[in-house]
Amino acid sequence: MDLQPYNNLSRNLALGVIGISFIPLLLVGGLIFVQFSSIYTEKVYAHLGAVVDKHLETIDAFLAGKQYEVLYLDKAFTYEQLTTPAFLERTLKDIQQQYGRVFVDLGVIDASGRQVAYAGPFDQLGADCSEESWYVNSRDSKIAISDVFLGLHRSPHFIVTVNNSDGLRSWTLKATIDFLAFGNQVENIRIGNTGHAYIVNAQGELQTRPRSVETQALSMVASRTVQRPHTTPGVLIERSLGSDGEDYIVVSAALAGADWKLVFQQESSDALSELATAERIALLVLVAGALAILGMALFMNRKLVTRFRLIDLRTEMMNRQMIEAGKLASIGELAAGIAHEINNPVAIMIEEAGWVGDLLEDEGREMSCREEVERALAQIRTQGVRCKDITHKLLSFARQTDTRVTMVSLPELVAEVVNLSMQPARYARIEFSLNIDPHMPPIKASPTELQQVFLNLINNSIQAMEQDGGTLIISCHASPDEVFITVADTGPGIPEANLSRIFDPFFTTKPVGRGSGLGLSICYGIIHQMGGTIEVESTVGHGTSFNIRLPLQRSDTFQGGNS
Amino acid sequence: MSDASLLIVDDEPGFVETMQKRLAKRNMTAHTAQSGDEALRRLREFPEIEVIVLDVKMPGKDGLAVLQEIKQAFPLVEVIMLTGHATVPSALEGIQLGAYDYLMKPCSFDVLTEKINEAAALKRRHEVEAAKADGEKA
Repeated sequence: MDLQPYNNLSRNLALGVIGISFIPLLLVGGLIFVQFSSIYTEKVYAHLGAVVDKHLETIDAFLAGKQYEVLYLDKAFTYEQLTTPAFLERTLKDIQQQYGRVFVDLGVIDASGRQVAYAGPFDQLGADCSEESWYVNSRDSKIAISDVFLGLHRSPHFIVTVNNSDGLRSWTLKATIDFLAFGNQVENIRIGNTGHAYIVNAQGELQTRPRSVETQALSMVASRTVQRPHTTPGVLIERSLGSDGEDYIVVSAALAGADWKLVFQQESSDALSELATAERIALLVLVAGALAILGMALFMNRKLVTRFRLIDLRTEMMNRQMIEAGKLASIGELAAGIAHEINNPVAIMIEEAGWVGDLLEDEGREMSCREEVERALAQIRTQGVRCKDITHKLLSFARQTDTRVTMVSLPELVAEVVNLSMQPARYARIEFSLNIDPHMPPIKASPTELQQVFLNLINNSIQAMEQDGGTLIISCHASPDEVFITVADTGPGIPEANLSRIFDPFFTTKPVGRGSGLGLSICYGIIHQMGGTIEVESTVGHGTSFNIRLPLQRSDTFQGGNS
Repeated sequence: MSDASLLIVDDEPGFVETMQKRLAKRNMTAHTAQSGDEALRRLREFPEIEVIVLDVKMPGKDGLAVLQEIKQAFPLVEVIMLTGHATVPSALEGIQLGAYDYLMKPCSFDVLTEKINEAAALKRRHEVEAAKADGEKA
């Protein structure tokens, strides 16, 4: 059998099933994942935005509180009071008591930039501040916050200044705020492994200490701004590419009290690490699903193709049987025609021989060759009868015999046929072994045809065992819808080369004159017409067995049997 | 009983001639015909004919049609169908149409003569019965 079409079919089926299953799987999986990832990213952005917003408020409040404190001092006390060293000293102590050591010092600077009063740990009384950037920058506004600087004391701090005047003179009250206390507020913002916050001034200079040296050296290039609805005004979320090649989420917001910006940055892979986990799980599920589909497709495919092959095989067998049946039918028609054409001349021949015989009786008593003529006439008659037998068999083969269908009891029919064959079987030293279920239901068939089948099979078996004798086994039994008949012998068997041709019309291995080669063809034709099958099994040296299966039609479904 | 008068109808001249000679040798008067129409003519010509041996397959009118006509015109004459091509339906039809028997060629001459004699006897019996019935009517 050519397997190429099945391999092609198998491949196409597998590709089809895999394609049809994978495309929706990937589409749906991809869509869900994209949707999930966008929702999740939104959530992360919202969270970071909220964290920054909250801290912004805290820091704003801290700064505003400090500013307010200085503003309060400025408002509450006169220039004279503030420039009294003891008073200033006491005031510093008071606020340090209240706020801890956040306030480092207090000082009053006159219009010329000279520090005219000072309370604090350093010796700054009389210092000229007119050149100091924080002083210069603070001139234009009532209240100002300087950038963070190390100043003279190598300690990070920033200065809150309040400008005031009373008509006679103007002065500036300054307070130095310990940056460490403030920086803690910012540095405490930590999320994940890499998320941290810092403050930069208007020029982008760091005002707090980021958590690592690397971050200090890092420069960011914003790749895109994330537009989010409901973001607190002033909070800007950006995706930026760091100079280290990492992708960062940068959230920044301007502080209200100063020209500073609170910046929070986190590596996006860290911020979205759970998304990555989800991504891995989804991929795993997808791969598992794909493998399951693949396995299923291959399994189903194999089953289907096997089934197709079986169906094709069965169809091919049926086609072969149809051809066989068609061959038999056309040969049958031909045979019927031939039989008729031959019967007439043979009849004349026999009658003529009979006539010669008649004449011989009267006239030829003294003929010297009388015996020879009588022998010749007998031979003509014998051969004529042989021709007749052949033509009658041909006609039976063409199913011109009694095909009337009735309900037939197989045990009875077999007994009749066996009785007919008893005599020749005895001569050949053949024993019958019958294994027939006496209670089997009757079958719908032509008794004449069934007799013919049994007679042909039994005669064949007897002829096969003629030389050495043997056993002829006939068994019949029924299942609920089939009848099984076996006619087996212990004869010499049939060579394998002949087995495939055994049902072919005119195929015979018997000596010329002993077999027409039609017996088994007739059996085959009859059994097939009844909707059954006949098969042969044979082992050389052990015997041959003909196995017949006939469909069982119960008498209650049988109608018009004698039509 | 070997003096039956009969008619052999067959399209094979060789067959009818030989049969005629062999039957004559057994004291049977055999008329012959090679077609259905000829058979009907012979029947009218020789009313003594008791039995007809009739072929089924013949050119022109076939045996079964001839049988029908014979049985209509000469209901008492017995007909034996003899054919080289016997089929169950044709045999059945023949018997239903009133044939005495249905034989297959080539048929043993002895069997045939036996059948002829039986048919002739039957015909005579029927004739007697018919005559009796006529007498009773008269």
